[in-house]
Amino acid sequence: MNWLAEIIKHSPALIVAVPLLGAFLTPLVGMINEKVRNIFALVMISITGFFIALLASDVYANGPRIYVFGAQNLALPVVRILFEVDSLSIFMAIVTFILAFVALVYSWSFMKENDGLDKYYTLVLLLVTSTLGMELTGDIFNFFVFLEISCISSCALIAFWVHKGEALEAAFKYIVISSIGALFVLFAIGIFYAQYNALNIATLANVIQFTFLDKIALVLLVVVLGMKAGLVPMHMWLPDSYGQAPPSVTIVIIGATQASLYGVFRMCFTLYSGAFKNVVISESTIGLIIIMLAILTILIGVLMALIQTDFRRLIGFVAVAEIGYIFLTIGVGLVTLHDPNMITVGKTAMNGGIFHIINDCLDIGLLFLSAGAIYYATKETSLNEMGGLARNMKYTTIFFLIGLLAVSGIPPMNGFASKLLIYQSTYQLNPIISIVAILASIMLLAIFVKVFYSAFLGPKISKFENVKEVPKSMLIGMGVFACIIIFFGLFPNIVIHHLVEPAVNVLMNNAQYISAVLGGV
Amino acid sequence: MIYNIPFIAVVAMIFIGLYAVVFRRNLIKMVIGITIIECGVNLFLITLGYREGGVAPIYTSLPEGTQYPSEMVLPVPQALTLTSIVIGVAVLALMLSLVMHIYKQYGTLDVRKIRRLKE
Repeated sequence: MNWLAEIIKHSPALIVAVPLLGAFLTPLVGMINEKVRNIFALVMISITGFFIALLASDVYANGPRIYVFGAQNLALPVVRILFEVDSLSIFMAIVTFILAFVALVYSWSFMKENDGLDKYYTLVLLLVTSTLGMELTGDIFNFFVFLEISCISSCALIAFWVHKGEALEAAFKYIVISSIGALFVLFAIGIFYAQYNALNIATLANVIQFTFLDKIALVLLVVVLGMKAGLVPMHMWLPDSYGQAPPSVTIVIIGATQASLYGVFRMCFTLYSGAFKNVVISESTIGLIIIMLAILTILIGVLMALIQTDFRRLIGFVAVAEIGYIFLTIGVGLVTLHDPNMITVGKTAMNGGIFHIINDCLDIGLLFLSAGAIYYATKETSLNEMGGLARNMKYTTIFFLIGLLAVSGIPPMNGFASKLLIYQSTYQLNPIISIVAILASIMLLAIFVKVFYSAFLGPKISKFENVKEVPKSMLIGMGVFACIIIFFGLFPNIVIHHLVEPAVNVLMNNAQYISAVLGGV
Repeated sequence: MIYNIPFIAVVAMIFIGLYAVVFRRNLIKMVIGITIIECGVNLFLITLGYREGGVAPIYTSLPEGTQYPSEMVLPVPQALTLTSIVIGVAVLALMLSLVMHIYKQYGTLDVRKIRRLKE
C-alpha cells in the first residue's frame, strides 16, 4: 500500500490543486460539448472529494498532518508556505465538498437555459478552491490570498445574472465590503509580521504576547471575518447577495461564508488562546462582546425575516440568525476557555457550535434549493404571488417541509441536536441567553409556517395550473441534503463522536497544533 | 520621528480612503477610495520590510564580507506586497466592470438612486 501512503501524503496540495486545474480546464472542455463539460466539473469535484475522504481517514486516525511547499530542508520556518490539516480543517473541507457537489448536481438542469455557463463552472470551481484553501492553510498570508480569491469569485457569481440591476447592486455591495475587509486582514497580518517576523499560524501562536498591537490585530480579524460571516451590525450585504445570486451558487457561497467563520474559530482559539491565558479579564470581555453581538444577530435576523415578502431574501435573513447561534458558541467558548470549573460548559457549547456549522449549511442550503426550485418552475420570487404549489410540486413541498423543520430545531431533524447542545450550555452560563435563543427558534418556526402556508397551501391559482415538478437533477440535489439532514437527526451521537468532538479538542488544546508544526518540521 | 513618517502616511491614506468610501456618492469615487486604502496597506508592508543595515538578498551582488545569511534581509514583505498588488488589480478591474454594468442598467452612478434592493 505504498502508493496509498504517497497519495495521502500529497493530498493536502491535491485537494486545492484539482479544483483549480478543473476551473481553468472547464472552458476548454466546454468547447467539445455542454454535457461533457458538466460531467467534467462533477468528476473534478468528486476527485477532490475522494482526496478529502482519504485525508480525513488519516487525520482522524493519526492527528494533524503538515504539507510543506518547497524548501524542505531550510531551518527558517518563516519563508515557507505550509498547509496544516487537523480535524477541524478536514471537517470544514467535508462540509465544503458536500455543498459544492450538490450545487453542481443541482446546476445541471437549473442553469441549463443560461449562456456563459463555461465561466459559471470556472467560477464555481474557483470558489470551491479558495474555500478549501482557506480551511487547509497553516499560513496567515496564504489565508488572505484565498480570502481574496473567494471574494472575487463569489462577487462574480452574485452578479452572474447581469441583466438584473438588483444582482449588480448586491454584487457591488459585496465586493466593496469584502475587499475593504480583506485589506484590513492584510493590515493585521502586517502587524503580526512587524512584531514576530513570522506568518505561520503555529509559530505566531507560540510566541504571541498580547501587546496593544496584537489587540488591534485581534479586533481587526474578528470584525472582518465576522463581517464576512454575516455578524450584525455588518450583515446587510448577506441577505442581498444570498437573495440575488442564482440559488445553485448560493449554497457554495454559504460554504465560503462558513470558511470565514472557521477563520474566527481559528484566530480566537488557536492563534490567541496562548495569549489569553496570561490575561484572563480581556478574554472574557471579548467573549462577552461576541455573545452580545450574537444575540443581536439572532434577534435582528429573525425580526427582519418576519417582514420580508421576497422568498429568497427571507431565507437570507434566517441565515443571518443561524450564524448568530454559531457566534454564540464562540463567545461561550471564549468566556469559559481558561476557567477550570466551566470548561465542560464551554466544550458542550463548542460541540453544539461546530455541529451547527454543518447543520446550518444543510438546512439553509435545502431551503435555498427549494426556493430555487419554485423560481425555476414559476419564475416568481414574491411570496404574495405564490399559492397552492403543493398540488403541482409534491417532492419540492416535502423537501421544503424537511428544511423548515430542521432549521427551526424540531426533534427528528439535525437542527434539534445541535441547538439542544447550545441551549443546554448557554443556560448554565446565563439563562437569559438560552431563553432568547429558544424564543428565536420558535419565531423561526412561525415564520416558516407562514411561508409554507402562503407558498404551498391555499387555493389553486389559475396561472400556476401548468406548473410542473422540477427536473430530476434538482430533485437529486435536494434529496441528498434531505437524507443527510434526517440521518444526522436520527444519529447525532455518531456525528458528534466521530466528526465534531475531535475538531473541538483541537480548538480547545492549541498545543497540539503548535507542536505539529514546530516539533514535526 | 523621521522613521514614523511612513506610518503616519499609512494611517492618513487608510482614513482618506475610508472617508471616500463612506461619504462619497459616486461609485467611481468609492472605487478610488478602496484603491487608496489598498495603497496605504501596501505602503505599510513595504515600510515593515526596511531593516537598518540590512543587505538586499541578491546572491550575485553581495558586498564584500557580508555574513550569509544573517545580514541579508528576508524579502517576505516585498513578496507580500507584490501578491497584494496583483490581487488589487483583479479586484479593481472587477469593480470597474460592475460599475459599468450598473451604469448601463440604472443610467446613473449616484448611490442614492441605485436602491432597488429594499432594506
